[in-house]
Amino acid sequence: MTLHHFAPPRLSPRLFAVWRRNFLVWRKLALPSIVGNLADPVIYMLGLGYGLGMLVPEVEGVSYIAFLAGGTLCYSTMNAATFETLYSGFSRMHVQKTWEAIMNAPVALDDIVAAELIWAASKACMAGMAILAVIAAFGFTASSLALAAIPVVFLTGLCFAALGLIMTALAPSYDFFMYYFTLFVTPMTMLSGVFFPQSQLPDAVRGVADQLPLAHAVSLVRPLLLGQVPQQIGLHLAVLTAVTVLAFWLALALTRRRLLK
Amino acid sequence: MPLEITGLVKRFGRGAEAREVLRGIDLRLAPGECFALLGPNGAGKTTTLRCALGLTSASAGSIRLCGLPVPEQAREARARVGVVPQLDSLDPDFTCAENLVVFAGYFGIRDSEIRPRIPELLAFAGLEGKDNAPIQSLSGGMKRRLTLARALVNKPELLILDEPTTGLDPQARHLIWERLRRLTAAGTTILLTTHFMDEAERLAHRLAILDDGRILTEGSPREVIAAHIEPQVVEVFGEWKGSGAAAWAAEHAGALSRRCEISGETAFCYTDDASPLLAHLAHQPGLRTLHRPANLEDVFLKLTGRELRD
Repeated sequence: MTLHHFAPPRLSPRLFAVWRRNFLVWRKLALPSIVGNLADPVIYMLGLGYGLGMLVPEVEGVSYIAFLAGGTLCYSTMNAATFETLYSGFSRMHVQKTWEAIMNAPVALDDIVAAELIWAASKACMAGMAILAVIAAFGFTASSLALAAIPVVFLTGLCFAALGLIMTALAPSYDFFMYYFTLFVTPMTMLSGVFFPQSQLPDAVRGVADQLPLAHAVSLVRPLLLGQVPQQIGLHLAVLTAVTVLAFWLALALTRRRLLK
Repeated sequence: MPLEITGLVKRFGRGAEAREVLRGIDLRLAPGECFALLGPNGAGKTTTLRCALGLTSASAGSIRLCGLPVPEQAREARARVGVVPQLDSLDPDFTCAENLVVFAGYFGIRDSEIRPRIPELLAFAGLEGKDNAPIQSLSGGMKRRLTLARALVNKPELLILDEPTTGLDPQARHLIWERLRRLTAAGTTILLTTHFMDEAERLAHRLAILDDGRILTEGSPREVIAAHIEPQVVEVFGEWKGSGAAAWAAEHAGALSRRCEISGETAFCYTDDASPLLAHLAHQPGLRTLHRPANLEDVFLKLTGRELRD
C-alpha cells in the first residue's frame, strides 16, 4: 500500500453506464430479489413484533412492533447493501471478470467502484422502500414524515456499501465474508437499538454502541416512522456521511492495489 | 501511430523483493499492420498490454496509445481501442445482443446508435440470429467470437487480442484468423499475443519474440527465420543400435548438420543442405525422419530454450 493508492477518486459520468449494467441485470431478477430482500425482515418484524409484543406491551411509549419497524428498515437496508457489495460485487470483480472487461473500455476503476457503491445503495433503497410500504400497509406508521426516511435509507445504503467494498477488496474468496458478518454485522445489529432500546445496554458497552453507523441510522429512521422529528439530525447525518466517505476512500485504495498492479 | 512504446520497464514489488518483469521494451506499430508478440508463459506479454492500456503504471519508459500519452490520457485513448482479453469476461446474465449494447454504453454509445449495428456485429462473429441467446448456451469458440464482436462496438483503430485462440478447436481458430485478416484488410491495426507460432506466421506482418522481459528479435516472420536459423530441419527419432536418436546424434549429427539439438527423444538437425544427412539416414533402418523447412517455432525454441515454463 503506497500513497498513490490514496489519490482522490477521478470519476467520470461513465460510472452511470456501469450502474445501468447492474440495474439491467437486477431488472431481470427483480421479483425474486425484492421478495428475498423483503421476506426475511418482514417475517422477523411480524414474528418478533407480535410474538414478543404480547409480552412487552410498550417500548418507549409505543407498541413493540411499531418500535421494531424502524430498526427493521435500517438493518435490512444494511443487509441488502452489504450482500450486494460482498457477494455480488465479488462475483463481478473476481469471478466473472466483469470489472476487468469494463476497464478495457474508457471507464476507470474509480468509476467502477463508485458505480458499485451507488448501485448497492440504490438496490438497498429499493428494498427499503418495499419494506416501508409493508410497514405502512400494516399501519405501523401513519406519518408523512416516514417519507423523509427514504433519503436516510439511501445514505445508510451508501454507508454500508462503502464498508462492504472494503471487505470485497480484501477478500480472497467468498468464505472470507463470514468473518465480516459474525464479527461486525451481527454484533452491530444487536448493539444499535434495532430490537431493543440502547438504554438497556450496560454503560461500558453503550459508549461503543453509540458510535456504530447502524445506531445513527436507527436514531434517524425510528422517530421519522413514529411521526417525530429526530434529535441531533446533523450529528447522525454527519457520522453516516463521514463513514461513507472514509470507507469508500479506503475501499478504493485497496481495490486499486488489488487490480491495478 | 497506433502504439508507440519506448524503454518500457515494469517492476513488481519494492526494495530487495523487486522483480523486473519488463526490462526495456520498444515497440512501434504502423497503421494497418498486424503485429504479434510472441513469448513463453511469464515472458511479459500480458504485462506489456496492461501497461499499453494504462491498466498498470510503468516503472519507466513512455507509452503513446493512438497518439495519446498513457497513463495520463489512457481513458481517452482506450475509447479508440478494442480489447479481447485472455479470459472470458462476457456478462453471463445478459444475452449476446445485451452484452454488446451494455458494453457500448461504457464507450458512451447510445442504445439507438448500437442497436442497428448488432446484426452486422453478430454476423461478423459468425453468430447470426443469436441476438437473444444466453451466454451459457454458447461454446468456447462462440464466446471468443462474441468477445471479438464486443471489442468492435467502438469501431477501434487498434484491436488488442491477448491469446485470442488459446483453448479453441482448429475450426474455431481458423474462423478467428479469417476474421482478423478481414479487419486488417479494412485498415484496423492489430496487436496480438500468442504462443502459437503458426498463428503468428499466418497472421502477423511483423512480430517480436519476448522472453524474460526483453525483446529478443523483431521483424517479419521470414526475416526472423532467415536471421536466426538454418533454412532446413531434419527431425530424427526412433531406434538406433539398441539406443535412441540421441546416441545417433552424438556420433553423426556434428558432421552432417550445422547444429543439432536434442529434445526428449528427438534430435533436431539444422542445416543449409539436408541431402548428405538424408542420404546417411536412409541407411539407418531403425531411425525415422521428418524433413521440413525451418519455421518460427524453431527460432522461438532456439531463442527461448526448450525447458518448460510455468
